[in-house]
Amino acid sequence: MIRTEELLLNVGPQHPSTHGVFRIIVKLDGEVITEATPVMGYLHRGTEKLAENLNYTQIIPYTDRMDYVSAMTNNYVIVHAVETMMGLEVPERAEYLRLLVMELQRVASHLVWWGTYLLDIGAMSPFLYAFRDREKIVNLFNELCGARLTYNYMRVGGVKWDAPPGWLDKVKEFVPYMEKKLEEYDRLVSGNEIFLARIKGVGRYDAATAIDYGLSGANLRCTGVEWDLRKAEPYSLYDRFEFDVPTGRDGDCYARYLVRLAEIRQSLRIIKQALEQFPADGPTMGKAPRVIRPPEGEVYVRIESPRGEIGCHLVSKGKQEPYRLKFRRPSFVNLQILPKLLVGETMTNLITILGGIDIVVGEVDC
Amino acid sequence: MGGIYGWPLMSAAWNGLGGLADTGVQAASAGWPGGRLAAGAAWLKSWLTEPLTWGSALTITLWTVLFLLIVLVFVTYAIYYERKVIGWMQYRVGPNRTGPLGLLQTVADILKLLMKEDTIPRKADRVLFILAPALAFVPAFAVLAVIPYTDRLYFADLNVGLLYFAALSSISTLAIIIGGWASNNKYALLGGMRSAAQMISYEVPLVLSVTGVIMLSGSLNLRRIVEAQGDWFWQWNFLPQIIGFAVFYIAAVSELNRTPFDLPEAESELVAGYHVEYSGFRFAFFMLAEYVYVYAIAALTTVLFLGGWHPPAPFLDFIPGILWFMLKFALVVFSLFWIRASFPRVRIDQLMSLGWKVLLPIALLNVFLTAVYMELFVK
Repeated sequence: MIRTEELLLNVGPQHPSTHGVFRIIVKLDGEVITEATPVMGYLHRGTEKLAENLNYTQIIPYTDRMDYVSAMTNNYVIVHAVETMMGLEVPERAEYLRLLVMELQRVASHLVWWGTYLLDIGAMSPFLYAFRDREKIVNLFNELCGARLTYNYMRVGGVKWDAPPGWLDKVKEFVPYMEKKLEEYDRLVSGNEIFLARIKGVGRYDAATAIDYGLSGANLRCTGVEWDLRKAEPYSLYDRFEFDVPTGRDGDCYARYLVRLAEIRQSLRIIKQALEQFPADGPTMGKAPRVIRPPEGEVYVRIESPRGEIGCHLVSKGKQEPYRLKFRRPSFVNLQILPKLLVGETMTNLITILGGIDIVVGEVDC
Repeated sequence: MGGIYGWPLMSAAWNGLGGLADTGVQAASAGWPGGRLAAGAAWLKSWLTEPLTWGSALTITLWTVLFLLIVLVFVTYAIYYERKVIGWMQYRVGPNRTGPLGLLQTVADILKLLMKEDTIPRKADRVLFILAPALAFVPAFAVLAVIPYTDRLYFADLNVGLLYFAALSSISTLAIIIGGWASNNKYALLGGMRSAAQMISYEVPLVLSVTGVIMLSGSLNLRRIVEAQGDWFWQWNFLPQIIGFAVFYIAAVSELNRTPFDLPEAESELVAGYHVEYSGFRFAFFMLAEYVYVYAIAALTTVLFLGGWHPPAPFLDFIPGILWFMLKFALVVFSLFWIRASFPRVRIDQLMSLGWKVLLPIALLNVFLTAVYMELFVK
């Protein structure tokens, strides 16, 4: 008999494919995982606690740093919560701008995912192609609000900056550009035999499991559940646009891949319509009081971030600072299914599955 | 006298075959500066036939160092070539800061590695840890000895050149396993084990795939194999041996541990695989060995399947053979870069099943078909 031993392997927190400082302790039998324990908290900054001593405008930049790949949607969830509580009216132009940047952000976020996922699987070029195209969006945002990653763009009652002259035309030019590039992506990657062999049937779960684990976003839709808050509970102006909710069937990494790519296309569709409907003139800041003091009470709002349902539970005692602020972070919730998916998989599939869930560690740890 | 002119000289010296006048005449007819060469050859001949003295030992050492340097300079610029090509494929510009057009980038990289602190993990197996990079380095260079660049330009004319190549190149597997084991690191161990499995699995189809070529040319001598290929490009082995060529190419990419078969160092899973604990010049040894080996395999592909120094058509033979060789060689290397820029990585189990269940039977089939062909048409 050969004496065999199981290997306890620390994947992370310093590891190229854990997308930040995330750590999993895996027990390996050969290359097969028998147990996986995610360890979180290396990027915990106590956003929720910090928020209790900040006024509402000061909280917004903190939300940028939660899901730093998709800061615009995070901005939106906090201002949306406060606005809902105060019953504030947001001017139409501001709302269109918000919607436009959120959808651009969704495209940018999925591009980051697409590139890094392919990098995880071992293809280097798609990463650079994705970042080349994301750069266009980042530059657009930079022009709009002066930042490339943490935008701090939205305010309670509107947005901080109006679109500079010519900005909307640039967005208009970007849409067909991106559509063309998506075809390129499909040609390069989506049909590649090695790629398909790597991700088809990997990390599979069914709709019931997904719902039990509280998954949302592409992780839920890949199982065929048509659940998108933009359609199911339209917030902002989403009820004015025509778009589909792409769903998958198999619930594997490949379905998640296809759903995310299709979502980019749907976002471009929304952007196109939003540009057509864009109000020619108007204020970008509503009649928000100088000191924001939501009335006593609590509210829970949720929106569809690129990673799933991001919610904000706000409890106010009528002060300038929230009494308690709680974010439902999709990355954190989606990650919980990981130990279940990993058992019986190989070390290589660990990376494929983790990448497929699409986490942002800033949001997992918050 | 230096640079490329040394090569025919050395081959003549090593073989001890071609007489002194022969070498001079051949060199002159090929367009080399004949007079100087003949004089040099005479001088070389004179000391080669003399007993070993301090002087001749020194000369031999100097020559060896010179050739090593030529190969190293060559590899340096091959790395530059790879980084530029892949850079362009990825909408980047590649290295362009160090020296004119970034030409000194690799030199700077090597210098940086040289100056780095040489660390050995405390719990590593010291002897094996130090041995592994050298063991990876030596065979990669040693296999270059049998590559014939033109009909006169080669280091050694071994009758079993191909066997020598295959045998030596499998030593580098040992280096990787030893490196992975000696590091005493789990990632390195996984990388080393993967590499052992992979390289052993692919060695078999690699050697089997060239059996067809050996049968057609009737020799293991690489120079003869080139000579056996015809004057027109469709007579080169890659067309009659198209199956063998495909198997050889895939197996070779796998042997080289390059994308899509770069599992031993799969960055996204194993961080860096077997060389995760290596730094400084020991790491450079592994990297250099890998690159030298890329060029050895590309040269072997050129020799076995692409007609070596033959021009694609007889009327093009006014262009020197060495240029044709370099052109074909550059094409093979380029294709490796292209693959690296395009493909994702396969999984270890898929790699194994591809090697044993697909490539091996196909390679065997190729041997069988070649035998049938030989029996029916050649006899």
